[in-house]
Amino acid sequence: MIKRSFIGLTKPLLKYEALDVSTPEPSVIQPSKKVTLFLDKVFDFKDKILFNIGDKVKTGQKLSYSENSDAYVISTVTGTISSIAPFNADYGKTYTAITIDVSENEEIDEQFSTLVKEPDIDTVKDSLAFIPGNLPAGLFPSTDASPPIETIVISGVDCDLFITTNQNTVLVDGQAIKHGVKILKQITGIDNIIIVSSDHLMQDAGISGAEVRVVDPEYPASLPHLIMRDVLGQVVPAGKNCEDMGVSFISAEAVASIGKAFTEGQIPLYKHFNLIKKDGSSTLISARIGTPISDILNAFDVTLNEKDRLIIGGPMTGSTVYSEDFPIQPDTDAIMVQDRGNIPFVSDYPCINCGECVRICPASIPINVLVRFLEAGQYEEAADQYDLYSCIECGLCSFVCVSKMPVFHYIKLAKYELGRITTAEATNA
Amino acid sequence: MLNHKKLIVSHAPFWHDGSSITVRSYHTMLAAMPAVLFGIFTYGMPALGVVSLSISFAIIWEFLINKITKRTISIGDGNAALIGLLFGMLLPATSPWWLVITGTFVAVVIGKHIYGGIGGNPFNPVLIGFAILMVAWKDYFDFNEVLVNYDLGFAMVYPLAAVKHLGTSGIEAFSTTDLLLGQQSGGIGSTFGLGLIIGGIYLILRGFIRWEISVSFLAGIGLTALMFNMSDPSHYASPVFHLLTGYTLIGAFFLAAEDSSSPVNFIPMLIYGAGAGVMTVLIRNLGSYVDGVVFAILLMNLINPICDKIRPKALGKVV
Repeated sequence: MIKRSFIGLTKPLLKYEALDVSTPEPSVIQPSKKVTLFLDKVFDFKDKILFNIGDKVKTGQKLSYSENSDAYVISTVTGTISSIAPFNADYGKTYTAITIDVSENEEIDEQFSTLVKEPDIDTVKDSLAFIPGNLPAGLFPSTDASPPIETIVISGVDCDLFITTNQNTVLVDGQAIKHGVKILKQITGIDNIIIVSSDHLMQDAGISGAEVRVVDPEYPASLPHLIMRDVLGQVVPAGKNCEDMGVSFISAEAVASIGKAFTEGQIPLYKHFNLIKKDGSSTLISARIGTPISDILNAFDVTLNEKDRLIIGGPMTGSTVYSEDFPIQPDTDAIMVQDRGNIPFVSDYPCINCGECVRICPASIPINVLVRFLEAGQYEEAADQYDLYSCIECGLCSFVCVSKMPVFHYIKLAKYELGRITTAEATNA
Repeated sequence: MLNHKKLIVSHAPFWHDGSSITVRSYHTMLAAMPAVLFGIFTYGMPALGVVSLSISFAIIWEFLINKITKRTISIGDGNAALIGLLFGMLLPATSPWWLVITGTFVAVVIGKHIYGGIGGNPFNPVLIGFAILMVAWKDYFDFNEVLVNYDLGFAMVYPLAAVKHLGTSGIEAFSTTDLLLGQQSGGIGSTFGLGLIIGGIYLILRGFIRWEISVSFLAGIGLTALMFNMSDPSHYASPVFHLLTGYTLIGAFFLAAEDSSSPVNFIPMLIYGAGAGVMTVLIRNLGSYVDGVVFAILLMNLINPICDKIRPKALGKVV
């Protein structure tokens, strides 16, 4: 854990992990018994689901939810579906969890290989939503109301500390990214494709054929809103997202996956991510999407004890899970394990107005006042007067808080509650 | 997905930089130590008695109010002890026990807890306690009167009172070096200029106080005093004299920079600090009080919330 320096006058320096050529190849881990895939659809017993418990599935087979829904997952193993159940995730999000028991002989589904000859937007939409690196939904706006995407930004940098997934892709999969960029240009008709990378990987990023821009190596410079401001010179208005400005962000890994899918005629299955162990060391791992975290922890001899913390994502923006059966998902960039002795707790102390958060906030939000409104549950005032929606969710405010307030948690809660109010008002109107 | 191993779930971020209110309080007290120890050596046991009583009773009042209001006991965060220490530093060594006890009561209970405790106080609790006492029992704060029985080998006349009543001719005995080394009468912990400056620099470097406030406060005093001094050198003392006497230095580093009652944005901090500095010299030179630091800072505490509205535009703010 990075602590405050003795000279507290300066801001804490949070450097992104810098990957160099000497980094070893990621270790590949195979799922032992089963995989779990999350289908982005609310599970309902009354729905006519197109697959059943007991069905045999092949590797790369598409599992669509129902006739009336676009949602699907790609099976990453060959085996038998052993359970279909609802799964409740953070902030009220619900998935359908499909568990597949892995069988010994692997069979590859041939359906995708017939489509690769002529890449078009439907092929990508219908087959590649589940690729490693996560295909952003905003890349292909469905409604006519939203503004068209004019720029695609490929993120060759990683969104949180300790993570090297995208950097690794830039370093070793340059050709795949290049092919992916070509396909993206072809299917979307967007010529303006930019790749952002850290200074030391500029050369490697150049292979992709996209325009290379450099991002600061210091957290939180690689968050989309800050890339928009510092690299593209466009400020996203509060409450809007990058897609509203005609810019879509896609990870370098996803672009490489698109490239590989079309060159190899097979949907990529292996997700790269970092395992951040209790001692703070970070290892790059490659595993199939759906592999339970317990398999990975076992392979690396990480023991998880009672009251430890298991985090999907990095130390600043990740989210905790309550079970080690949780699977690797297309957007899992890291798994972090924290020993119970190292967990910093939040407190119920009030804000003492020291101003550390105000000075570190990259979005210049008056957090000292904002948090007082949020504590009192006055979310609308907070949004109207104290820039709640300017927050870019970097988590630095909670990191430096002297009172150890869960400031970032308050902000997320307020946004979520306001979102619910807006939805309720829209449906009741 | 059932598993009996219970993991801790919580919201991001999962790191903390390790700062805490306790660390802040104790390091502020540590920074005050040179000045306090000097005061105790100069004035002897009575000074030690006043400081100890002040710290103890600040903690006791905090404990009692925690009990009465049925809140978590918060004496562990060191804030009450800090209030007690700073309060003791302002007092003359001869203060009677009841004055200390009443003062800490006002500081901790009326200055801090009736606003909801730490972080909620609009005024600096130490100054609230001190100001109320100063208005109520004026005689106990006339340093010439209360320290009359001391003979410490330097002019036992309160420098600010001397310049007020006699003009600059009354302060020729005080050299800058003497003032820096604490050869002047005054509060227990507020005479040793050098010690306060060292403590202040320590706090600034460690990031426990905001340098903008301290620097602009000193600049405000210096510039205003300079203007008075230039207009009438025989009547108004030099800026250096103003910077090294009375409560100027303890005010700059320990009182004006109190977290809750001071602004956090850059321009407001400058306005707040400079405003308090200007007011201090105005009160000293034109007002009826000998020292103006206490009331000047309290006055600027009052404008803090509105002043802090001057802030940079947030990212993506359209209006």
